[in-house]
Amino acid sequence: MATSGTTLPNAGPVTGSRSFLSRLRDGDEIARLITLVFAATVVLITLLLVYELWTNSALARAKFGLHFFVTQVWDPVIDQYGALPFMYGTLVTSALALLIAVPLGIGAAIFLAELAPPRISDTLQFFIDLLAAVPSVIYGLLGVFIIVPLMRTVIFPGLNKPLGFMPFFKGPSYGVGFLTAGIVLAIMVIPYIISVSREVLLSVPRDQREAALALGSTRWESTWKVVVPFAKTGILGSVFLALARALGETMAVTMVIGNTPTISASLFSPGDSIASVIANQFTEATGDLYLQSLVALGLVLFLMTFILNGLARILIVLTTQKGSGVPT
Amino acid sequence: MSARVKWRRFVSNFMLTLTGLCALVSVSVLFLILGYLVFNGGTSINWAFLTQLPKPVGEAGGGMANAIVGSAKLLLAASLFGVPIGFLGGIYLAEFSGSAVASVVRYAADLLNGVPSIVIGIFAYSMVVLPFRHFSTFAGAFALGLMMIPITLRSTEEFLNGVPRYLREGAMALGASKWKTIASVVVPAAYRGILTAILLALARVAGETAPLLFTAFGNRFWSQGWEQPTASLPVMIFTYAVSPYEDWHRQAWAAGLVLLGLILIINILARTILSRGIAVPRS
Amino acid sequence: MKRIAVLVVGVLALGAIVWAQNGLLINGAGATFPYPIYSKWFDEYHKKYANIQFNYQSVGSGAGIKQTTEGTVDFGATDGPMNDDQLKAFQDKRGSTILHFPTVLGAAVPTYNVPGVTGALNFTPEALAGIFLGKITKWNDPAITGANKGVDLPANDIVVVHRSDGSGTTYIWTDYLSKVSDEWKSKVSKNTSVNWPVGLGGKGNEGVTGLIKQTPNSIGYVELIYAAQNNIPYGAVKNSSGNFVKADLAGVSAAAAGAAKEMPDDFRVSITNAPGKTAYPISSFTWLLIPQKFQDAGKRDAVKGFLKWMLADGQNYAEGLSYAKLPKEVVEKEKKAINSIQ
Repeated sequence: MATSGTTLPNAGPVTGSRSFLSRLRDGDEIARLITLVFAATVVLITLLLVYELWTNSALARAKFGLHFFVTQVWDPVIDQYGALPFMYGTLVTSALALLIAVPLGIGAAIFLAELAPPRISDTLQFFIDLLAAVPSVIYGLLGVFIIVPLMRTVIFPGLNKPLGFMPFFKGPSYGVGFLTAGIVLAIMVIPYIISVSREVLLSVPRDQREAALALGSTRWESTWKVVVPFAKTGILGSVFLALARALGETMAVTMVIGNTPTISASLFSPGDSIASVIANQFTEATGDLYLQSLVALGLVLFLMTFILNGLARILIVLTTQKGSGVPT
Repeated sequence: MSARVKWRRFVSNFMLTLTGLCALVSVSVLFLILGYLVFNGGTSINWAFLTQLPKPVGEAGGGMANAIVGSAKLLLAASLFGVPIGFLGGIYLAEFSGSAVASVVRYAADLLNGVPSIVIGIFAYSMVVLPFRHFSTFAGAFALGLMMIPITLRSTEEFLNGVPRYLREGAMALGASKWKTIASVVVPAAYRGILTAILLALARVAGETAPLLFTAFGNRFWSQGWEQPTASLPVMIFTYAVSPYEDWHRQAWAAGLVLLGLILIINILARTILSRGIAVPRS
Repeated sequence: MKRIAVLVVGVLALGAIVWAQNGLLINGAGATFPYPIYSKWFDEYHKKYANIQFNYQSVGSGAGIKQTTEGTVDFGATDGPMNDDQLKAFQDKRGSTILHFPTVLGAAVPTYNVPGVTGALNFTPEALAGIFLGKITKWNDPAITGANKGVDLPANDIVVVHRSDGSGTTYIWTDYLSKVSDEWKSKVSKNTSVNWPVGLGGKGNEGVTGLIKQTPNSIGYVELIYAAQNNIPYGAVKNSSGNFVKADLAGVSAAAAGAAKEMPDDFRVSITNAPGKTAYPISSFTWLLIPQKFQDAGKRDAVKGFLKWMLADGQNYAEGLSYAKLPKEVVEKEKKAINSIQ
């Protein structure tokens, strides 16, 4: 909160009738201007970034228009570019990641918020926070050397033999592919789901729980049927945050997804994601349309994460405000 | 006790044990990661690794000395660029601004924070690499610094706002001007939190690879000064991991261990500082 | 606060002193195809002239061409020569011409990981085109077994591996396939980056080799030295005279023999599917891209010096890394061309 209402006894009249130059001699005004410049820089940089993305993709937007979103072809030889395979890859891997991470994450958050004694809860949360700090390239390293072989030797045979008739589980498996990327992403986003959900669950007022228990429900019933629904908007917010992170992940995905612009129902198929194709092809896109198509992909990704982040924050704020004593 | 109640009790215990398992699985992943890195990379961290330059392709041996130093330079320069902007901007938000301006700045910072790192790389390429026409350490530092700004800004604002009113009012009552109050009373009172935020921001960008791909590029030798391309730990890990050479794989694990070790140490340090308390009144 | 400021300035100053050596750094980027020998050359050259460093980043021919055109690197490297549009783009952007200097000869080999197969398989042009078009899908397809009597090929699905980045090796491979398969030519054509009908993508020759090593039933194309250094089997290809030739120095040199006598002035030439009984059909020159005009006299002299060394002592390292030396006629022509660099 700004304390701009407070003035000092020797600062002159309150109304701004002093000239700019005389105010400038006042140390406070200089400080205000300097810090204002820096704060304004932040806004400027952000605006500039959006502007650059917009103008550097102009050719591609002009040529392809909205067709960009539904074209499957990505062919530098004939200069035809479409975002569909990459959007598909980005969305599928993120969806798989959430499918795995959300149940695990919410389960863990429930444990930490409801069951664990405070010290254990805090210690475990500390470790979870450390997990969130592990960089993407290290997940990629583990993905390449551990998860890819695991996929080939254990997971694929395990799922393909019984369920191979379904299009999701058709082979062949290369080790790399959508599911591998999904698993790696799941590990990366679990910490976000756990930390935010835990906080949200902890902010649910005690009387809700106690009321349920007083009415004879078991611990689980009071948690699952009263506390969690109360916090569900916030938990949903955590899921959106996790999704936003998964969408933008580059290194871990590019090391295990197979780098082919393919659209396939099979989870074991190789594919590509927006962030991954930009990382692979940006420095070598010869030809303006090629490069600008890649920037256009960057713009698409930016918009996706922008919308999701915004939604996430609204949801989280709504829940934590709800928990602060407003009677329903 | 009726059968129904027994069943409900059973379900309760079962589900709660399950949540415990979820927590266990989630936490154990961290230790698995550390374990793998130590197991695969621990033996490879020797003196040669830490002090030698990479050897030609296919020849065994060599090290990552230039990548370690390169990462250090990148982080130093990134902090010099990103921290002042975030810190001073945060001071503006907490101390000088009206709520309208504050919301705009906060929103911009949140937006910047959510930008995927590869898009930051694209931005840095067109803003720094193209106009100056070479890949450089400072282009990489620019990209990383950008990513540090939002965290530093929001945390500075938050911790400054957390400083109790009585400290400010006491200083002003003694005749201190506003900026003097901020400089010698408010900021020192919040320094722990701000330091923590800077450390966390540093830890976050230390592992970033994507923005460096088109800015710092890479260097097989020592990078001199700030205008040349430089090797960095994350990019080396990436390059070596996808290669076919066993020796490079070994080095990738070792580099991973060094990088993760560094990041975890910074994180633990930051959180320990924070837990010692925020607004400590100066005695 | 003051103490922190002093510390920071002190560290910066220290850094500037410690790291401001006197050497000259010349940056290049491009093909992964010749990376083993380039990294050897630049290492040896640096040992000879300690104050000159050539920093070469192996990022793919596509990136090499692009970054050289943008001027973000001092020189580039590619195994797919720049086409006329790219030459014009360089001229427009940089205001001078870009010169191609062949460095060594190499071979793109079909390398594979088939359980139970340790020796060299024979591949006909039709088989290779069919595999990479996705029409031949199993290892025991008659198109493959027909040329490999006596080898037990399993009925497994073929996993095709190609490049995910812009690559001169891709250029060489697709150039060859376009010459031997009309269907390939019309469907996919030749370029550093194409719309692959099937397969996984690996980054760089390194990435493709890595994928093949780890993926059973896979086949891909890499430069000879990558297969050799990593002990993965590679096959023989039927040349235009009907002989199955496994890539080696003699086969590559034979492929270049005809081109050596008729080398165009700009050195851009394709030697895939070359005539000759012993010629290896998927051979290629690889080029350094040197701008004709340099702003920095120091860099220009260093580059010219390196090129001269490369054509003399440098060639002696080639065969040790399984690249073939340049033909004598080409070396002589290049020596003259060096003089045109200003």
